[in-house]
Amino acid sequence: MYKYYKKYVPYLFLIPAGVILILFFFIPFFETIILSFFDYNTNIYHPHYVSLANYITLLKSPVFYKVLINTFIYMIAAVPLLAVIPLILAIMLNQKIRGITLYKILIYLPVIVSIVVAAIAFKWLYAQQGILNYVLELFHLPALGWLTDPNVALYSVIIVTVWKGIGYYMMIYLSALMSVPKDLYEACDVDGANILTKHLTVTIPHLMPTVGLVTTISCISAMKVFAEIYVMTKGGPLDSSKTIVYYIYERAFENLDLGIASAASVILLVIVLAISIINFVFFERKRYQL
Amino acid sequence: MKSRSKGFFSHLILIFVSLLSIFPFIWLLSTALKGPDENIFQYPPVFIPEQFTWANFSGVWKQIPFMLYFWNSMIVAGFTVLLNLVFSALAAYPLARMDFKGKKTVFYLLLSTIMIPFQAIMLPVYLIILKLNMVDSVNNFMGFLGLILPFAVNAFGIFLMRQAFLAIPKELEEAAFVDGCNVFQIWWKILIPMVKPTLAVLAIFTFIGSWGEFLWPSIVLTKKALYTLPVGVNDLQGMFSANWRYIAAGSIIATIPILIFFIAMQRYFISGENDGAVKG
Repeated sequence: MYKYYKKYVPYLFLIPAGVILILFFFIPFFETIILSFFDYNTNIYHPHYVSLANYITLLKSPVFYKVLINTFIYMIAAVPLLAVIPLILAIMLNQKIRGITLYKILIYLPVIVSIVVAAIAFKWLYAQQGILNYVLELFHLPALGWLTDPNVALYSVIIVTVWKGIGYYMMIYLSALMSVPKDLYEACDVDGANILTKHLTVTIPHLMPTVGLVTTISCISAMKVFAEIYVMTKGGPLDSSKTIVYYIYERAFENLDLGIASAASVILLVIVLAISIINFVFFERKRYQL
Repeated sequence: MKSRSKGFFSHLILIFVSLLSIFPFIWLLSTALKGPDENIFQYPPVFIPEQFTWANFSGVWKQIPFMLYFWNSMIVAGFTVLLNLVFSALAAYPLARMDFKGKKTVFYLLLSTIMIPFQAIMLPVYLIILKLNMVDSVNNFMGFLGLILPFAVNAFGIFLMRQAFLAIPKELEEAAFVDGCNVFQIWWKILIPMVKPTLAVLAIFTFIGSWGEFLWPSIVLTKKALYTLPVGVNDLQGMFSANWRYIAAGSIIATIPILIFFIAMQRYFISGENDGAVKG
């Protein structure tokens, strides 16, 4: 195709997006790294260079250690649930049965509703005299301190994240299911395979790239959890439900400890980058046609 | 018989999951509709209020400026959507259709932004917003700018629009050029009308994301006059600490707008055809 535009024209089109991304992405990215080498704790107006001291402080801090463990528990607990439950639901919704639209709307509803409202609704379910403890009582189980017991609080928050994510990942699976060739199923029918074999031999292999995508997105989302924790537990009790983004928020905006907050941010960056690169190498390269 | 039992099993599970999905809201609604003499902690729990009342709704409505929060959310989400559409569609055009020096670099830079979570860089973003005076302590306009601009464009939107442009046959642009259109006219008059469905998808998903955003407004906002709905809802807990009837009623009120939006736009969310709009 011949060129119908002048040499500088492509850049004109890129300018608005470029300015925003430079100002609010690339500069902050490098600034995060730079800030992490400075001490703001002694005097916030005159930070001084401390090399790796912030990182060493973090790695020696029992709270940060706990925060990292909590973040990984969050991932390990939430991600398998978010990869498997939506997959099963999507396969069920991919059949010709009645009421599909209604099911989809109801299951997708938590995705749409503000996370703050969702967290408040669960806080109410989790109340000491709340409805969930009543259910436990029905089964002759002792009442739980859903948000007040340090051994339980983190899992109570994870339940909210999973509950709110199921519909989202279900729709990703559903759109992938649409592309499974129908004749493969017909071949199964001819062979007289049962439903389970059908899905294990056709559906699941075909959906593996999507499973990878869902795993990656939900891993990164689990790393970025904030609102649930902020609304329900503030990271407590005893830091038991504090994960890394909440920790960064607390350090940066409540304690004004910019150096430590930035060092923690860099650690978050490295972890997310690792997850993204693994995903990119295995699944995403084709998506962007590079 | 066999297929019937299969359907039955699926329905059983789907009904169960559907109920789990809406149960927290049902229970919230039930609490919000209970009268002052009803014990909301009663065992066994009562779902249908015995003293049905709207008083909690009117009570919380009087104390919380929901309309203000609603309009603030509308302004923030509305302009975030608008800027995303314009900036993404602009940037996507050369990436889909033109050859220029540094194209590959631009690609990799865009990809790298996908791998950087906002939460990891929010502190310097806040410092930049402060330096640019884009905070509500200066004035409302600057406060809104600070809420909107950091989310005015992202790589997902640009890639989404690029895919849409790639699907348009090149002959159209050539014909338009021969007819005397310049490059901006080609973009605006020929290409944009053809990618309207993708723009709609981008608009809807950007709107939902912006509408629900909580972390950033709770960092930058200092004045209640600029509170968006999520921040206002979170505030309910502090204002009515143990009054769960009011907290529940307030949460329900704040959910109504997005519920209407969802029902109206449901086909975009549940058709399963918007694979490209998937966001992390």
